[in-house]
Order: sequence, then structure tokens, then C-alpha cells
Amino acid sequence: MAGQQKMGIGSRILVAVGALLYLGVFILPIWKISLDAPQYPEGLGMYIWVNHITGEKPNDLENINTLNHYIGMDKIDPHAIPEFDIMPWIVVALVVLGLIAAIVGNRKLVATWIGLTLVAAILGIYDFWKWEYDYGHNLNPNAPIKIPGMSYQPPLLGTKQLLNITATSLPYWGTYLIIAGILLGVLALLIDRKRAAATAGISRNFPTQRSAATAKVA
Amino acid sequence: MKRSFRILMGLGVIIALVGGLSYCSQQQQVTKSSSDVASRVYVPPGQYDEFYAFMSGGFSGQVAVHGLPSGRLFKIIPVFSQYPENGYGYSEETKPMLMTSHGFVPWDDSHHPELSQTDGVPDGRWLFINANNTPRVARIDLRTFETVEIIELPNSAGNHASPFVTQNTEYVVASTRFAVPIPQRDVPISEYKKHFGATISFISVDPETGDMDLAFQIRVPGYDYDLAHAGKGPSHGWVFFTSYNTEQAYSLLEINASRKDKDFIAAVNWKKAEEYLKQGKYVEEEVVYYNNEYDDKTHTATAHKRTKVKVLYPKDCPGLIYYLPTPKSPHGVDVDPSGEYIVAGGKLATVIPVHSFSKMLKAIENQEFEGEVDGIPVLKYEAIIAGEVENPGLGPLHTEFDGKGYAYTTAFISSEIVKWKLGTWEVVDRIPVYYSVGHLCIPGGDSRKPWGKYVIALNKITKDRYLPTGPELCHAAQLIDISGDKMKLLLDFPTLGEPHYAQAIPAEILMKRSAKIFKLEENQHPYAAKSEKEARVERQGNEVHIYMTAIRSHFTPDNIEGVKVGDKVYFHVTNLEQDWDIPHGFAIIGANNAEILVMPGQTKTLVWEPKKPGVYPFYCTDFCSALHQEMQGYIRVSPRNASVKISYGTYKEGESGQ
Repeated sequence: MAGQQKMGIGSRILVAVGALLYLGVFILPIWKISLDAPQYPEGLGMYIWVNHITGEKPNDLENINTLNHYIGMDKIDPHAIPEFDIMPWIVVALVVLGLIAAIVGNRKLVATWIGLTLVAAILGIYDFWKWEYDYGHNLNPNAPIKIPGMSYQPPLLGTKQLLNITATSLPYWGTYLIIAGILLGVLALLIDRKRAAATAGISRNFPTQRSAATAKVA
Repeated sequence: MKRSFRILMGLGVIIALVGGLSYCSQQQQVTKSSSDVASRVYVPPGQYDEFYAFMSGGFSGQVAVHGLPSGRLFKIIPVFSQYPENGYGYSEETKPMLMTSHGFVPWDDSHHPELSQTDGVPDGRWLFINANNTPRVARIDLRTFETVEIIELPNSAGNHASPFVTQNTEYVVASTRFAVPIPQRDVPISEYKKHFGATISFISVDPETGDMDLAFQIRVPGYDYDLAHAGKGPSHGWVFFTSYNTEQAYSLLEINASRKDKDFIAAVNWKKAEEYLKQGKYVEEEVVYYNNEYDDKTHTATAHKRTKVKVLYPKDCPGLIYYLPTPKSPHGVDVDPSGEYIVAGGKLATVIPVHSFSKMLKAIENQEFEGEVDGIPVLKYEAIIAGEVENPGLGPLHTEFDGKGYAYTTAFISSEIVKWKLGTWEVVDRIPVYYSVGHLCIPGGDSRKPWGKYVIALNKITKDRYLPTGPELCHAAQLIDISGDKMKLLLDFPTLGEPHYAQAIPAEILMKRSAKIFKLEENQHPYAAKSEKEARVERQGNEVHIYMTAIRSHFTPDNIEGVKVGDKVYFHVTNLEQDWDIPHGFAIIGANNAEILVMPGQTKTLVWEPKKPGVYPFYCTDFCSALHQEMQGYIRVSPRNASVKISYGTYKEGESGQ
């Protein structure tokens, strides 16, 4: 009912801002893996971006690769990961879709935009996990250090002890911006729903639902 | 028989008593002092010292880097002597650093470290140090803590009064401790007065690159010039040099050069010198000296031969230089933070004379001269003296300042440091040191803004201070707290060689700029192999060049064949690591030089000349990783006339390396 009506300007701005927040992944990494080891008091880590991987500090990535060769892990080579060629386009497509949804002001389109973002995010995280699995299990049989039954898959989220290294994997600012974008979209839908209901003059009839919605936003 | 036994018994009792007493007092002293001061010098594990101290290595020719207040030794920076520990002076890249007009000189005697200054305050860019024996000045880059330049001084012998800097490091100065015939020639020693001369050298320092050049020399009478310091603040533009042996003795100097009541401090107006140079009032003289420069992009030193020097003669350049009469065979000449007082350490004098810079200028203006030597006016002592410190201890040598109005002077003979007040000239405190202190060091103590928290006594004799190590004992430093009214001894610590002089600087100025690695992509060494793909072996006549890489935990190539007896084999080892604190070493059996220690991103070359056919191992000498012991390889050497072709590789399992 309310979905057929064009969304209010405030909500549409929220959607547009939310969509533009996605662009943050082009200036901020989306994930960070920190490696803690006794020999690296200064820290060692890498950032995963939407289109490449970098060290936390200059040379960290090659130093991680140098250490990984002892356990026979493949070199982490951003150029060998084809997803990095696709992911930026997916983000751009989602930004465009979000902006169109904002311009058109169609609630269903906004919901579709949010839905597609969540699908892309889940696929992305699954893909990330699969790469981690590959790196962690697909080990060179001639590696100097071989521990029966040991694999070196880094955690997807959280902390894991891998020999002398404590690996911590957490989303980074790029991901938080995407989450913020999604939340803005959801907020826009909720506000708009309330506004639509108010214009229709029926809001008095749904006081409980309204307060529930407000609580959710808060 | 009985009587002598009784006497012996009595003596024994006395000895036991005295021994016991002195043992007790020693114990007491130790307990008391340790409970008081242990916390002052204790730097807990994993924490940092407050200051870096750069101590001259004396007859080791190097510089030692210590921390204060702990006294811990961090690094020995090789400067004037070969250093087999990392290959300095042995590797092909660093051999040119030790080139001189006398050929390759593998050793020297380094005396006075001097930090570069901006506005009269140590800025932490470079450290300079002099070579006394074969006259040279070196510059150390304090980002890499490596010697990056050495300049030889022509017309010089015994470069002792060196390398003191002017207020903005415009110049580093040097002067001759030994008068010699200039230019060198075959003359009877007894004709000293006729033929022997001395020089004062001004080395310009490029403010951006630090590059040193011999800007000019001043020819001065043939005395022994001992130490120097530049003016600062109002006296900026002047440099003061002590001299002794104004008697011009050439034998038994301990008697013959100690006759006169006063020797001279030479006050040189270098701004005036610059004017005279601009006016062309110099003589360009033919000389030979070397200026050796190390480039940390090519990781290679180049020795440049130079052949000309501009010389100023005081009699052609009025106002360039004045002599300040100073008792008696003065050693140190130290300018207080205000730039007004010039303190002389007359080592045989009974007072410390302090000259006034402003009175000196006035005396020059009023022409209060008592004579002239070779065109150099000698000022009247009474006209320039600001005050004399009475009872300063025996054998005053060197003075530094705490920035709070006090001066600290070493007394070599009475083995103490004496604290006195500028202006009133009264001694306010004294502390014994163990034993026979030469120089002392307060962080920034020769600058406009001393960090007056500690003084380090740099002692010549240690005797019973440490566990004995045979006839040759360590030299040592002592750390003394000067933050309160009374000086307080905190710590003894041994030093490298003889610690003539030291300079210290707050750690925070240097530590954040210290390089961790050399960037591999900036490595421009002509024989670098910047990846394992670039590793190779090339024969050029009887020279074999091995472009070798090192990374945890293997060399590439690690199997080399086709080398023959009579070949000259160059191992050019590039450390591919870009990780902090992962050097790789390289050593090969029978090498007649040393090892090389290669820092991350660096290339170094070791030459090896095999003498007999065989298969010889090489290995990494720096425990780099868990598989360091596996970091090794073989080189096959065939007879001179063999037909074995060059081949090489680092082979994986199943390949031909197995």
C-alpha cells in the first residue's frame, strides 16, 4: 500500500547517502587479518580491499609470504585472485542501483537493493572463507615444517592460534561503511513507512507497531 | 727464632685486622651506593634508555653506541678500522672507504665524536669523528648508523683538534697535533723551526646531503694544536684552538715543551676567512688527499683523489686569527652555552683561565697586543681574561656545561671532576673518579642547550674497578648524576678501546628516524640480484661473478660448478629480505678476508680465490631463522685446465640438486 506511493525526500536522501557510503570500500580496506608472533612485537598484518590485498605496513605481505613458505602455504598473490576483478563492479552496480532507488523513490526497489547487497555480502564472505580454506589446506608436501593433522586456515572472524602465530581476522572500515549503508536503507524504509502511515491518517491505529519500529531504529 | 715468629704473628694479626676493616668498609660502601642508585640506572627489560651516547673507540678506530643511564652497548660502528664482524673494510664495496694518499690504511685512532648541530643544538643528523694517526674526518649517517664519508686532510699530521662543528654545521674543523714540513720533504729534524709548520682546516658540510669538502686551510706556526671549539651565539663565526709546544721542541717534549708559562689559544674568524677567499687572497697549493663517499643506494663507496687546496696565510689576511695567551700547555678549549666564556684546560696550570669573548673583541679593537707571531697578533692576557677558577684540581683538561650556570672540569692528575660556577668562578663541588679522567660528556654539554642530567667521566685507568683480565684491562666510563647540588656516582661501565670523548643526545631525537631496512627497489648496486630470477653466475676471463640472493633460509644459487683454481670469485650477495632485523651473513672456507653481513635490501661482495681443487661449503653466519643451519651451499673448484662449464642452481626435491 505504502510501497506504491513515492518515498519522502528525507528517506530518499538517506538511501542515496547509504548507497554512496558503499564507495568507501575504494578508499578503505574491508577486512583485516593481524598476525601476532613473539618475533614480531611491531605487529604483522594484511588488509583485504575490494580489489587487492596489502600489508598493514610496507613489506608486511611479502614478509607473511616468507614466513608461510616454511609451512608450504601458497604465496598470497592478489593477482591470482580473479574475484578482485569482479568485486569492484558489483559494488559499483549496487551503488548505481541504490541511487536509482533513491531517485525513483520506490520502496520495493530500495528493499531489492538491500537484499542484493546482503546476498553479495554473504557470497563474498563465503568466497573469502573458501580462499582461506584453500590457503590453509592446500600445502606443499615438501614444506620444511610439517605437522600431521595441522592445517593453517586463518579464522573468518575472531582469533585462532596457528603455531607461533595468533591470527585475528575482523571486518575493517570498508565493511562497516557497507553495514552503515544498509542500515541507512533500512532506516529510510522504516521512516518512510511511518510517514506514509501518517499521511494516510492511520498511524493512530498502530501505536504499538510504531513504537516497536522506533525502538528498532534506536 | 721464637721472637721472629712472634713478630710474624703480630704482623699477621695487624694485616688481618686492616684487611678485615677495609673489607668491611668496602662492603658498606657497595651496599650503600647500590641501594641508593640502582634504580637510577636500571632500565627494565624491554624498555629504552633515555640517551644515546656515542663514545670514541680510541685505538680501535671505531665508534661505540651506548645507552644512558644503563651503560649498555648497542652497536660498534666501524669507521677507520677494518671490522671483520660485518666485512667493513674487507668487502669490495667498503674497501674504498679506507683509501688514503698513503694507500689502503686499515686502522686508525679515533678520538672525538661530534654531533651535527643546528642553531647550536645537536640535531641528530650526523656524527663526525676524527682519525688522529692518518689525518681524516668521518661522517656517520644517524639514520643508518653507518660511516658514509671519510675525508683525508693534506698538510696535516696527528689530526687531534678535530672534528668540532660550527653553530649550524657550516664547517667541521681540524688542526695538526704534530708540526711537520709542509709540503713534506727530506729535512734534518733539527731544522724544525725553519721547515715545520701546522695547518688549521675548515671542512664545509652540505646542509642537505652532509657532503664534506675541504673548503680551505690556514697555515699557522709549527706548534702542537690540541683541541678546538666553535663559538656560538655572539661568538658564532669564530673557532678557538688550543696549542702547546709553542717552545717548538722536537725532542723530549715532556720537558722541552713545558717550559713556557703560557701557550696560545688561536681564535680564528672564519667569516673573515670567507671574505678573504672571496677576494682571492688564497694560494692554491698542490696536494694529494682522498675523499671517500658511500652511497646507500648503490651500497658502494667510491674513493676520490683530490689534488688542490686553498691556503690562507695569516700575514696576508689581517684580522683572520689572533693568539690568546693561556697557561699552560692547554688541552680543552670550551665555549659556554651563552657563547661569552672560553674555558681553557691548562693541563699543567694551577688555575682554570676563562677568557671573555667580548673582552677579546674589545682588546682587538684597542689593539692591546703584546707581540706578534708570523703575522698573528698576540693579545694581552689581562685584557681578555674574565676570571680564573682557583683550586680546580690538578691537571685540568676538559670542561662541559649543564645549562644551569655551572661548568664541570676534569682533573686528570687528581682524578676528579670539579664543578664550578660561571661568573663567580668558585668551585662548588668535586667528586673523585676511578681513575685519571680525560674528557667528560654531558648530553649536549658543548652546545647552547645542554640536557644537564648526567655527566660521563671517560677514564684512562681502571686498575681494580673490574675483575682482572691479565695485564690488558678495559677502559671505562662512569656515569654521574648532576641533577642535584651534589654530584653522585651512579655507574661504572667498560668501553671499547679508549673512550677519549663522547657525545650524547636524547633517544627520542634519533630513534624514530632510525632505518629498519634498505628498500630493495632502491638498490642500485651494479651486481645486485633483486629477485631469485636474477640470480646467476657469469665468467669474465678468470673473474667469476656470482649474483647471489639470500632469503630465509637459502641462497640462490647454492650449487655452483665450473670455477677453477686461479679464478677470482666475487660473491655478490643481495639480501632479499624486507623484514626488520633479518640480516644474512656469508662466509666461505679459506676466505683470506672476512665474512660479510648483509642487511635487508643490501648487496655486499666478498672476494674468494680458491687455491686447490675441491668442493667447498659456504653458509649463512647470522642466525636468521629456524632453518638457519640449513642455509648453506657448495662451490665446486676444478683444476686450472679442467673443462667443467659454469653451471648453477638452487634445486628443489626431485630436481638435479638431489
